[in-house]
Amino acid sequence: MSRKFNAGYYVSEGFHSIFTHGFMSFAAVCMIVACLIIMGSFTLLAVNLDNTLGDLESENEMLVYIDDALTQDEARMLQPKLAQVDNVAQLTFVTKEQAMADYKAKHNDNIAVLKDLPDEALRDRYRVHVYDIERMAETQAALEQVPDVAWVRAAIEIADGFVMVRNIATAVALVLIGILLVISLFIIANTIKLATFYRREEIAIMKMCGATDGFIEWPFVVEGMLLGLTGALIAFFAQWGLYQMVAKFAVQGNGLSLVNMISYSSMATTILAIFCGVGVFIGVVGSLFAIRKFLQV
Amino acid sequence: MIRFIDVHKEYDNGTKALKGVNVRIDDGEFVFLVGPSGSGKSTLIKLITAEIAPTGGRVMVNGFNLNNITPRQVPQMRRTLGVIFQDFRLIEKKTVYENLSFAMRAIGASNRELRRRIPYVLQLVGLEQKGDRFPGQLSGGEQQRVAIARALVNNPNMIIADEPTGNLDPQRSLEIMMLLERINELGTTVLVVTHEKNLVNRFNKRVVTIENGRVISDETGGYYNVEKI
Repeated sequence: MSRKFNAGYYVSEGFHSIFTHGFMSFAAVCMIVACLIIMGSFTLLAVNLDNTLGDLESENEMLVYIDDALTQDEARMLQPKLAQVDNVAQLTFVTKEQAMADYKAKHNDNIAVLKDLPDEALRDRYRVHVYDIERMAETQAALEQVPDVAWVRAAIEIADGFVMVRNIATAVALVLIGILLVISLFIIANTIKLATFYRREEIAIMKMCGATDGFIEWPFVVEGMLLGLTGALIAFFAQWGLYQMVAKFAVQGNGLSLVNMISYSSMATTILAIFCGVGVFIGVVGSLFAIRKFLQV
Repeated sequence: MIRFIDVHKEYDNGTKALKGVNVRIDDGEFVFLVGPSGSGKSTLIKLITAEIAPTGGRVMVNGFNLNNITPRQVPQMRRTLGVIFQDFRLIEKKTVYENLSFAMRAIGASNRELRRRIPYVLQLVGLEQKGDRFPGQLSGGEQQRVAIARALVNNPNMIIADEPTGNLDPQRSLEIMMLLERINELGTTVLVVTHEKNLVNRFNKRVVTIENGRVISDETGGYYNVEKI
């Protein structure tokens, strides 16, 4: 007899099993949806937090003050040397006149303040933005090593604060995602195990007829895959609705200009791909876990 | 062909089910395996189907050495066997035809092969008109015929029937045994495990008697000697 990979048979058996054990399939899909939405919500929260922190980080600049002894042209000549320093993303030269004008504008021509104006305010300087604020202290030290740099001012504590908040948010999201993934796997494994239990007699007959483990496993893998995919699609649209609702509330409710939520549609393809991937992974791995026990005939 | 050479089987709980069994069944034979409950018959069948492994001795089945058979080889070995059970073990929600096609699909047969083989086997067991019936719509004897058809459908070298008439009345039992005899005449080796003394004695075949884990008699043209056990 010819032996071939009968995909049509596996898919048809997988579909058939879903409808035969309708309630359990429904329960499994519901659990996958719930887990994916909770996972997705935490991930989106982390992504938005990351984005907001990124915006704030990009505004966090260092000021590199140039030695007074240099003329403005000499100070401008320093730009290539400063640009060569690792982690420097952007350099903007600010003349001492421009710096003074900015300062006056900022302090609203307050005479008392101008009287106590520090010397460095009159220096030429560079505004420096970095790629990675975690390496701000290291970049500050490197910039101070450049000849003719008087000193460098950097808000290291603020940068460290951003980094810490971001790291905690990422760690919490990762831990929660991991826990939810394990829970989802457990639930789908139990669902498939129940379906497998109902069909243990069929499995025993197939084994006795000489079916390979792969032949027996495939319909269950397809079933898990379909349940995972269905759950992923439902979760994707439910997440969309939920996200839109939260975004609307976040903007209208407190009008925080700090919170700049990314639009769901701009992330839709990625979210759909991740949900489908996670859903299929949960379904397939859960099925394989569930069926192992029944193959020992 | 089956060969058991000094086969021992001790279960994890310490029960010694087989104690040095030596049996040889050649291709084309019809053999009855008889013995009281707990004598080791089921263990012997499970060893043949590779559901369990021996703890001592050698077991050869249709060219496979079951002492060192790999998990990958087990399905190949089982394809050389057709197993029939006392309780039929048919899938209730599948028709007769589907029960047979299920067994054929299990070994990767194509639709064309199914269409060619199943009607032939149904005709062989006298159920050619009942392919679309569900097991619940058939009598016990007919259900056992379906089980025999399923065992035959993959064209095995050997049929192993484990108490095939245990749930049938004497007339249906005789019919089933005659069907197995006919299958044997067509070239398939048949091993029947049974308690049915009258049937065994009526067919005048080789009888292997097992008791307390040992073969106590092996007689060609023998009979179920109750006094012996």
